[in-house]
Amino acid sequence: MSAGAPPQLSEEDLLVPAARPTLGRRLRSFSRKYLSAVALTLALLVAWELIVRLGHVPEYLLPAPTQILADLKTDWVILWPAMLVTLKEVVLGFVIATVAGVGLAVVLHLYGPLRRAVYPILIGSQTIPIVVLAPILVILFGYGILPKLVIVALICFFPIVVNGIDGLRSVDDDFIRMMYTLDATRWGIFRRVEFPGALPSFFSGMRIAATFAAIGAVFGEWSGSNAGLGYVMLEATPNLLTTRIFAAILMLTVISLVLFGLVSLLERIAVPWAPRRESG
Amino acid sequence: MPAEVSGNGSRPSDVAAGGDVGIHLRSVSKRFGELVVLHGIDFDVPRHSRIGIVGPSGGGKSTLLHIVAGLLEPDAGEVNVEGATGAKDRLARCALMPQRDLLLPWRTALDNATIALENRGVSRSEARSRTRPLFGRFGLAMFEDVRPAQLSGGMRQRVSFLRTLVADKDVLLLDEPFGALDSITRAQMQEWLLRALGDVPRTVLLVTHDVEEALLLSKIVVVLSARPGRVVRVLEAGFPTDAPRREIVTSPEFVALKEKALEAIG
Repeated sequence: MSAGAPPQLSEEDLLVPAARPTLGRRLRSFSRKYLSAVALTLALLVAWELIVRLGHVPEYLLPAPTQILADLKTDWVILWPAMLVTLKEVVLGFVIATVAGVGLAVVLHLYGPLRRAVYPILIGSQTIPIVVLAPILVILFGYGILPKLVIVALICFFPIVVNGIDGLRSVDDDFIRMMYTLDATRWGIFRRVEFPGALPSFFSGMRIAATFAAIGAVFGEWSGSNAGLGYVMLEATPNLLTTRIFAAILMLTVISLVLFGLVSLLERIAVPWAPRRESG
Repeated sequence: MPAEVSGNGSRPSDVAAGGDVGIHLRSVSKRFGELVVLHGIDFDVPRHSRIGIVGPSGGGKSTLLHIVAGLLEPDAGEVNVEGATGAKDRLARCALMPQRDLLLPWRTALDNATIALENRGVSRSEARSRTRPLFGRFGLAMFEDVRPAQLSGGMRQRVSFLRTLVADKDVLLLDEPFGALDSITRAQMQEWLLRALGDVPRTVLLVTHDVEEALLLSKIVVVLSARPGRVVRVLEAGFPTDAPRREIVTSPEFVALKEKALEAIG
């Protein structure tokens, strides 16, 4: 460092793009995040088991977790095919709702007059309880999969549309002005700014919808069906097969959790720039 | 050297006489409802020169830029940007760089810079290969494929400026381009901007509330009043762009001019 002026490097010139976290690090942070949830669930299950066993609660009132697990094994031949039926209704209904929801949100966003006409009807339609709609749909479409798909889609559709429209409209005007001075067309602004910007909102609508989908399928099955987890529950009730009902509930929960997880995974792939939601 | 050109709202005719007109404003007024934001604005910017506009915040400076850009039409008066008078034609000639960098978080630095080309229908790969070479010159080499969240404030602002340049418009409208930066980064960016603008002749309209920044970066400084914005003074700056900043800022001419501008703002 004897001759010449030192090169002028500001601090930011020395910045290097951050390295991605390693797999080991990711696993550690994953277990740290979910450790408390797993521990609490286990504690609740143990408490449940103890209350049932020590209190001599009859099985038809409240079965213990171990009894439910045992029933899962003995009733597997009934539960597994029923689960497949319900899973199909849930997934198909959810996919229909997503396609229709995203499509309608986009159309309503791009055509303001249409949005103002349709939006009140959309909200009005949500005040009709699905429970009363379900039997009518069964009368209309019969005992097959169709009325279940309609009910699941109707329940899931709404949060996706409403969140999507909100996301599309919440784009900062400054971005739109900037795009106009960079020669963007209306379509270019939609494609390059509004739609990618609204993706996190669409996904949050889809995550809400994912938790509703299983409820919709069970409603549909209760209103008229000859298969599915809802049908299994309906049949088990008069026979006081409470443990089988709990086993069916467990399988429904698994369906919901897997769907929720898939949506979250899809979000991570499609929206890698979004700040991570901390679950802890 | 630097001197006052003309005072109290009269137009700097001696300045405008040389060269063809870049931007030409006559009695431009704008109101939003009851609020009169701009009142009878007159000034001319010669083609390929740099004009600074200073004034208190809320004085309609950004509105003025939006009018020049063609994002807004004035309620009264005439706007002419290199022969274009309609809003749409003005929009085609101007590129606006806002105070916030407004980079799209889902696009990499490179893909943010190419957006004007993509808007014009250039394919993504073609737009990338045309824009990539510019990154080195802007001190952004190696950061082409990094998302804005991983860039510092100064770098984001450079990408934003690069995006404005890639649009290849003759008129650049800079709306407080460094307003969101800390003072050290800001000084670095001002020097950097002067160098970057030296390479390509453009008509530049720079809006700022920082008198020093306006005097350093522009040839002519227009002082606007508080709302309703009027032109209260036009000062000729034109300090050498290669001299060290500290020398300029402490020179008696600079200090006197700064004093005059501040006095005009009131």
